[in-house]
Amino acid sequence: MTTTLSTPRTSHPVMPAAVTPNPRPFRLLRHSLALAKRSLIKTARTPEALIDVTLQPVLFLIIFVYVFGGAVAGSTHDYLQFLLPGILAQTIATGCIAIGVNLNTDLAKGIFDRFRSLPVPRSAPLLGAVLGDIVRYVIVTLSTLAIGYVMGFRITTDPLSAVAGCALAVLFALCLSWLPVYVSMKVRTPGAVQGLMFALIMPLSFASNVFVGTSTLPGWMQGFVDVNPLTHLVGAVRGLFLGSPLGNHVWWTLAWCAGFVVVFMPLALRAYRKKV
Amino acid sequence: MTAELVIEAEGLVKHFGSTKALQGVDLAVPRGTVLGVLGPNGAGKTTAVRILSTLLTPDAGHARISGFDVVRDAERVRQVIGLTGQYASVDEDLTGRQNLELFGTLLDLGRAGARRRAAELLEWFDLTDAAGRQAKTYSGGMRRRLDLAASLVGSPDVIFLDEPTTGLDPAKREDMWDVVRSLVTAGSTVLLTTQYLEEADALADEITVIDHGRVIAHDTPEGLKRVVGGQTLSVRPADPAQLPLTAAILAEVSAGAEADEIRKGMLAVPVADDTAMTEAVARLAAAGVAVTELALHLPSLDEVFFTLTGRTASDDDTTTTTTTTIKEEVAA
Ligand SMILES: Nc1ncnc2c1ncn2[C@@H]1O[C@H](COP(=O)(O)OP(=O)(O)OP(=O)(O)O)[C@@H](O)[C@H]1O
Ligand SMILES: [Mg+2]
Repeated sequence: MTTTLSTPRTSHPVMPAAVTPNPRPFRLLRHSLALAKRSLIKTARTPEALIDVTLQPVLFLIIFVYVFGGAVAGSTHDYLQFLLPGILAQTIATGCIAIGVNLNTDLAKGIFDRFRSLPVPRSAPLLGAVLGDIVRYVIVTLSTLAIGYVMGFRITTDPLSAVAGCALAVLFALCLSWLPVYVSMKVRTPGAVQGLMFALIMPLSFASNVFVGTSTLPGWMQGFVDVNPLTHLVGAVRGLFLGSPLGNHVWWTLAWCAGFVVVFMPLALRAYRKKV
Repeated sequence: MTAELVIEAEGLVKHFGSTKALQGVDLAVPRGTVLGVLGPNGAGKTTAVRILSTLLTPDAGHARISGFDVVRDAERVRQVIGLTGQYASVDEDLTGRQNLELFGTLLDLGRAGARRRAAELLEWFDLTDAAGRQAKTYSGGMRRRLDLAASLVGSPDVIFLDEPTTGLDPAKREDMWDVVRSLVTAGSTVLLTTQYLEEADALADEITVIDHGRVIAHDTPEGLKRVVGGQTLSVRPADPAQLPLTAAILAEVSAGAEADEIRKGMLAVPVADDTAMTEAVARLAAAGVAVTELALHLPSLDEVFFTLTGRTASDDDTTTTTTTTIKEEVAA
């Protein structure tokens, strides 16, 4: 028996006198972090949601390394060294899709009504969701590296560069995720978010330096590959992991990151305000 | 005594495409009282609550909560209100405790404050044992309680309850009523929507009846009952042969009104107050009439509407179909 509401133990729970109309400093940050914690709890509760992003690099690495490795690079080990940074970039880019799918599902639920009836900055739920996903990206990065290590991949530079490479990949995902967040506000179903984002990211990852060097590509495609954000991320990570020439790859990657945030964050926030 | 109005709405209008959800609704709730908003499916109850709780902006008209405009001062309004919507608005993946602590953090209670407040509310709503379970494992009644608890985290002055007892069994419903009463005792002002006159009668100081987005009546429960008719006593004698005898006894307790046979073998008569029931039981027993059914009830919403508008609420097909679409949208 669980019904004893008729005899409340206290007349009415007394309010700690903390709900004051004067907002404390860093409200947006505090609220976003509280909401980030919410999405972390959700991720921790449904580890199966991480399967796609952990399984995908395994499949790609095995298929590409053992099937094409010999033909493309002469030896599977050489190809693994070449391919792993590319697979990392591809996986982390597809890993962003989940946030759009989740938000699209979430928005239809009553919990967002609750957020909106509380004195919480309008953008906090979105910021929280994006920040909470950092943990997912770190997991994706580390698990891809771990699989690569088991298969024989070795970082040949120093630990600091290795960390910088990982951090750059996570930052890229964090910034890129504003695109699926925006898409999730604009389309009706989670499936549509998934489909649209795949249609965007797959060409980006194949028309790039992820799988092969780009010197053999036809000229028109070369142009596309040269501006492709994934090309720059892969170039930067390869340089940081393996010591290949970095060129301007890091700067281009950072510029793309800034571009994603500057364009899609305001669009997403505006669409969110309109939608809810 | 002219009490200060905590909730005041004037001429609220809201259209969704061609659906006129609200067509000029006025509401007024003095401090420390309960307003029952009574209306059938699609009347506009939820729309009104969503406007008052800043989730929707009205197309015309305005509303103030504790003196703050719901559109211009939405942020201030959110500081003083608590909302329990018609559909659950807690996070299903989080546990009961995590939900309440999250809302406490968002209300700036601080870490310790949020934890303390969550524990208090869990205790009060008898959810302590289930506090560590994900909300999706809760029963309908537990979810409803968690939802209500969630809207009380900030000890709001003004509480909106949108059909708080729909889907609860009779015992749980009475529990919920007690909660509402103790909130009012503690000084809160409550606006609740319901489809049951009985519920509005049990809780509300005043009742506003709305239909098709318009206020069709506003009165105290007593006043409303005077208009729509008070309580009805219905009796089913075990032996149909005793119907005439039963009818005669009922006529006596109702001070003259004739008993109607409302269904086969079931007699009903309007009565003035609760004492008629005891009276009837005593007289039936004395006359040796065994009964299989005996009940005292208020007019149903259908009857209320019939009296107020001359047509039944449920013979309105458009209303029901549009409401179904909404629920689907919410579920999608
Ligand atoms: N977002 C929306 N889009 C389109 N129509 C809507 C929307 N919200 C409400 N409506 C329509 O407005 C009318 C009033 O709806 P509302 O939900 O306010 O009724 P209600 O009194 O709460 O009904 P119920 O008792 O079924 O909850 C209905 O006809 C409904 O279909
Ligand atoms: Mg409703």
